[in-house]
Amino acid sequence: MPSAYSEFLSGLSSAALHACDHPWVLWVILLAPLAGFVINIFFGRRLPLAGHVVPTLAVLISFALSLCVFKGVRHEMNPDFVRAGVGWQWFWIDAGDVQGLGNFQVKWGFLLDNLTAIMLVVVTTVSLLVHLFSIGYMHGDKRYGRFFAFLGIFTFSMLGLILTDNLFGIYIFWELVGLASYLLIGFWFEQPSPDPTGTAPVDYSMSPKDASMKAFLTTRVGDIGMFIGVMTVFYFTGGSFNFHEVFQAVAEGAFDRQYFHIPGLISIPVLTFAGVALFCGAIGKSAQFPLHIWLPDAMAGPTPVSALIHAATMVAAGVYLVARLFPLFDPNALLVIAYVGGFTAIFAATIALCAYDLKKVLAYSTISQLGYMILGLGVGAYAAGVFHLWTHAFFKALLFLGSGSVIHAVHSQSMRDMGGLRAKMPVTFLTMLIATIAIAGLGIPGIGSFHGFGLSGFYSKDAILGGVLHFAMDHKQHLLLAVFGFGGALLTAFYMFRMIYLTFTGTPRDPHKFEHAHESPTVMTFPLATLAILAIISGWSWHGVVPSSALDEEHGWFAGLVQKPILENYVGLDPADLAAARGEGHSEEEVEAEHRAHLIAMWASVIIAFTGFGFATRMYLQHKVSPEALASRFAPLHRALLAKWYMDDIVRGLIAQPCLRMTRFLFERVDKGVVDALVNGAGSLGAGIADFVGVFDNHVVDGAVNGTADRVAAGGAALQKVQSGRLRTYLALSIGLAMSVLVVFLISKARA
Amino acid sequence: MIPHLLSWMTFVPIGGALVLLLLPRGHDDVSRRVSNEAVKIVTAVVSAIPLILSYFLYTGFDPARSGMQFMEVAPWIPSFNIYYRMGVDGISTPLILMTTIVSFVAVFASWGINKGVKGYFCMFLLLEGAMIGTFCALDMFLFYVFWELMLFPMYFLIGIWGGPRKEYAAIKFFLYTLAGSVLLLLGMLAFYYYSGNTPAERTFDILRLQRLAADPEGPFHADPAFWMMVFVGIFLAFAVKVPIVPLHTWLPDAHVEAPTAISVILAAILLKMGIYGMLRINFPILPDQFQDFRFWLGLIGCVSIVYGAFCAMAQSDLKKLVAYSSVSHMGYCLLGIAALNAAGVNGAVFQLLAHGMGSAMLFLLVGVVYDRAHHRQIDGFGGLATRMPIYAGYTSLAFFTSLGLPSLMGFVGEALSFIGAFQTEGELGSPMRYFAVFSAVAIVITAAYFLWTFQRVFMGTLNSKYEGISDMTAREVFTLAPLGVCVLLFGVYPTPLLDMMNVSLQQFMRMVQGAGQ
Repeated sequence: MPSAYSEFLSGLSSAALHACDHPWVLWVILLAPLAGFVINIFFGRRLPLAGHVVPTLAVLISFALSLCVFKGVRHEMNPDFVRAGVGWQWFWIDAGDVQGLGNFQVKWGFLLDNLTAIMLVVVTTVSLLVHLFSIGYMHGDKRYGRFFAFLGIFTFSMLGLILTDNLFGIYIFWELVGLASYLLIGFWFEQPSPDPTGTAPVDYSMSPKDASMKAFLTTRVGDIGMFIGVMTVFYFTGGSFNFHEVFQAVAEGAFDRQYFHIPGLISIPVLTFAGVALFCGAIGKSAQFPLHIWLPDAMAGPTPVSALIHAATMVAAGVYLVARLFPLFDPNALLVIAYVGGFTAIFAATIALCAYDLKKVLAYSTISQLGYMILGLGVGAYAAGVFHLWTHAFFKALLFLGSGSVIHAVHSQSMRDMGGLRAKMPVTFLTMLIATIAIAGLGIPGIGSFHGFGLSGFYSKDAILGGVLHFAMDHKQHLLLAVFGFGGALLTAFYMFRMIYLTFTGTPRDPHKFEHAHESPTVMTFPLATLAILAIISGWSWHGVVPSSALDEEHGWFAGLVQKPILENYVGLDPADLAAARGEGHSEEEVEAEHRAHLIAMWASVIIAFTGFGFATRMYLQHKVSPEALASRFAPLHRALLAKWYMDDIVRGLIAQPCLRMTRFLFERVDKGVVDALVNGAGSLGAGIADFVGVFDNHVVDGAVNGTADRVAAGGAALQKVQSGRLRTYLALSIGLAMSVLVVFLISKARA
Repeated sequence: MIPHLLSWMTFVPIGGALVLLLLPRGHDDVSRRVSNEAVKIVTAVVSAIPLILSYFLYTGFDPARSGMQFMEVAPWIPSFNIYYRMGVDGISTPLILMTTIVSFVAVFASWGINKGVKGYFCMFLLLEGAMIGTFCALDMFLFYVFWELMLFPMYFLIGIWGGPRKEYAAIKFFLYTLAGSVLLLLGMLAFYYYSGNTPAERTFDILRLQRLAADPEGPFHADPAFWMMVFVGIFLAFAVKVPIVPLHTWLPDAHVEAPTAISVILAAILLKMGIYGMLRINFPILPDQFQDFRFWLGLIGCVSIVYGAFCAMAQSDLKKLVAYSSVSHMGYCLLGIAALNAAGVNGAVFQLLAHGMGSAMLFLLVGVVYDRAHHRQIDGFGGLATRMPIYAGYTSLAFFTSLGLPSLMGFVGEALSFIGAFQTEGELGSPMRYFAVFSAVAIVITAAYFLWTFQRVFMGTLNSKYEGISDMTAREVFTLAPLGVCVLLFGVYPTPLLDMMNVSLQQFMRMVQGAGQ
């Protein structure tokens, strides 16, 4: 880290060390953005301040305190650091605990460990920079204040998600970030196109209002799975949501030899079932195949939102969930996770190859990168997966904010309208280039004691690919995972540089738009520059490129803080045994094998990245190979890619429309056609009898009795409208019927 | 503490209804208008009294005590052992609090009534008193009287002040209800006759009947087949009110035709009577039968949840949509009760309150737009959020609580019911878990129809017909704000409500364990 930054931190560090031992700091971090939301929504118009002031200040507070907490945690440098439990917990929902009747008590509390501290920094940093960027980007919008309020509630929900210490709480904040995402995607709800200036981008298929709904519903499909997972865990642990207690129960064998069993169909261990069900939540939120379909359309929201929510933080919540619940996943579940992640990584990358919408390229890139994180966690490269979350947050937020800067300048999202913007927007170009180099993983591979050198993505992607390769070498039947990983890396380098070339180099394809393009104001370029610095340096914490931040000569602070949690941790081992347990799985040979895998992976990935870069350069910079010629040679493939592998059509045809048909069938045919028809039939039968009896009644029984009782009861002339005779007859009929039934009852009773 | 608090709360509105009748009717336009205003103001004042009294109910109620509180007993028809017995516990107290709040709000939602004003508000107050009385009554005869007294004004409020098909809706409501009432009456008589061998021993006292049920040698354990019939009969009587699928078709019609405030009362309070009756009478007096019936209860709950959600999605009329969503949401209560554990039963009763608040908001909101546009077709609007931001805000609050967004009341009820169902012990556990998983489909369907509706009404380009539409008035905000605050407050922190009902629900669970266990 740069020295000014460090000095600023060290000034706070003594306070920070103590601060992270008090939950009130976390309370302030959590509630400040919420306060920003409340103030803006309810008092925004009455305040003499611009709409961004209060929420931005609130996030600044959260950011500063998060750094304090982080500093304190980093100072501890203890992989098992955790603050939770007594003193950090409060009763929240108490439905009692009755012997033999089950219990339901939820304590809500904070959980502060290394993972939380790192996530705090990611979320508040990106959020703060996005707030700043939005001051410029959203300038002049008619709901300016509300935009910042929504950003505030998002930040609050996201912070709650990473601070909470139990499954129930995480589900709650999980849904709340979904709400924030819904509100922000649909921010320009009245518009058919996402562009505030009204020039409809060619490549857009979905309006903000449709996109927001699609996002909410698609992720909710995953949430059902997650909720079922939560309930399963709660049931089998004997009524616990708390992470620590859940892991303890798993370690103590609460799930052993329990099977989820449908006779003749399946029989899977409950732990696998619970793990996969919980992972469904991550599939939805982190846009993994097949629930990824919402994320590209979510780009209909304002671009800062795409950067904050749909690139850097919220979509990483699924990755965070997997990381947080890691001890819960058994090997089967992890394998599912790895395959979903790996397939998503390469699948989404293919779609990005042909996309012409700047933000859609980035959206598919995000999906693909999230796939990498999930893949990394799935193969057990725990720290690598989390590390990629950390680096990706910075360079992907940078890419999105950069694209926002471009869109702001040319009023279009289509790369067909761009080209040659390098001259007009030097800062944007340079920062986006840095992010592209980072995401593509270009760098100098290491050898011997030299660990290699590159920007942040170089290290994190490398760590994941090393982990995948190691896993694939150990389990030869899963070699496909390595193919996914390395194949995706090739495509990533290609499509990212294609994007850079199409946007910033060559001749302007729309001279008019080019004329009016200009570099964005400082309030927008400042976040770009800051993120660019982070995109460069955030990877150096892995191997300790900057000596001062090295834990030992091998690893930087990140690997020192984030280590794969082990289940034995939760059955009460003392720290010495714990260290032994951690070392156990790592025999001399294994460490050697891992090392070798990482070295191969590094060389392979760098060669692959440069290959992708080379292809893109030849096609889009030097124009040696014509993309059109390639497209026509592989026309069916090209069509499939343009149609995003027909996933939207499949979902529409196989799920959405049948569902709608089902609703209509149930209402028109069953509800109206059967249930109500029976009721009406019974009604008219009754009415017929009643009319007959009524006629009989009116003629035979004295008319004076007629209606007297009803008239009194109704108290007024209003009653004249009601067919009193018929009504009274109903009553008589029904009571008569009832009485006869009673008589039958009593007789049968007497006989028995 | 105020003596005879429950009686005051019950009979002040009923007395107020009589006072209204005494108010002079105007003879010309001016005096008629004055008279109408006076009627409205008197109604507001009268219905404010139970609201104020319910504060004393709330503060005086001791949630840690099991059993009935604020008991009042007086002989009524001694020759048949019929007593005037009133009392509340942790199940009825929150429901009464909700009744007084929603009724008070509904008075202001009725401010626009200008046809037969006196009759309307007279019926309204009668309805309010009868509802409170039903929740307080501890003598089955008294319960039945209040029960019928409640249905009778409802019939006229729909049949006279309703929409175009009001007669059809009112008759349908009446028939369903009547069928239910007859079954209830029969069950009641059966309890009475078997509660003792001589007339002097027989009783309508609900608490005593419950105690008799706890005795394994008691009369309600003698002939299981017969009592199963009685159980099903009473269950159907209450199930019509819930309503369960397939006894639900009166509800959409009644809602569509009823005036706004009556829809509010119907959805928020009347639908709760069914579940309340089950918890108070049906299940605790016949616990063995309840145990045998739990599977079906869970199944009915599950079917109602999913079927109601699908039907709601097919609607084009806002009120019908809300009505079917009520069917779906009340299903959670049955599912939770069938689970018979802490989470499930607490969830079920919490869901009563959550649905009461949520559906009251929804119907009030439909009324707001209906007053302006004079129609309720979902596709007939579009882009209203630009012209009515406050209205859009309240609607999204109501929609999100109904679709079970965490931090709002609806979520707590649904989640607890689900978790309870999933936690069910014993041989019922496995089917209940399937019910829970199957019902979870409705989570997405519910979100889909509410968001789709929100999108069609509020988003997109503004429908040019509604260029000049105005946002909510102060009166309308006044009716919605208290409900909105409750929904948010108890959604974030449900413990105060759960604490209130916890002890009583534990007692309920012990009662229905059944003699066999």
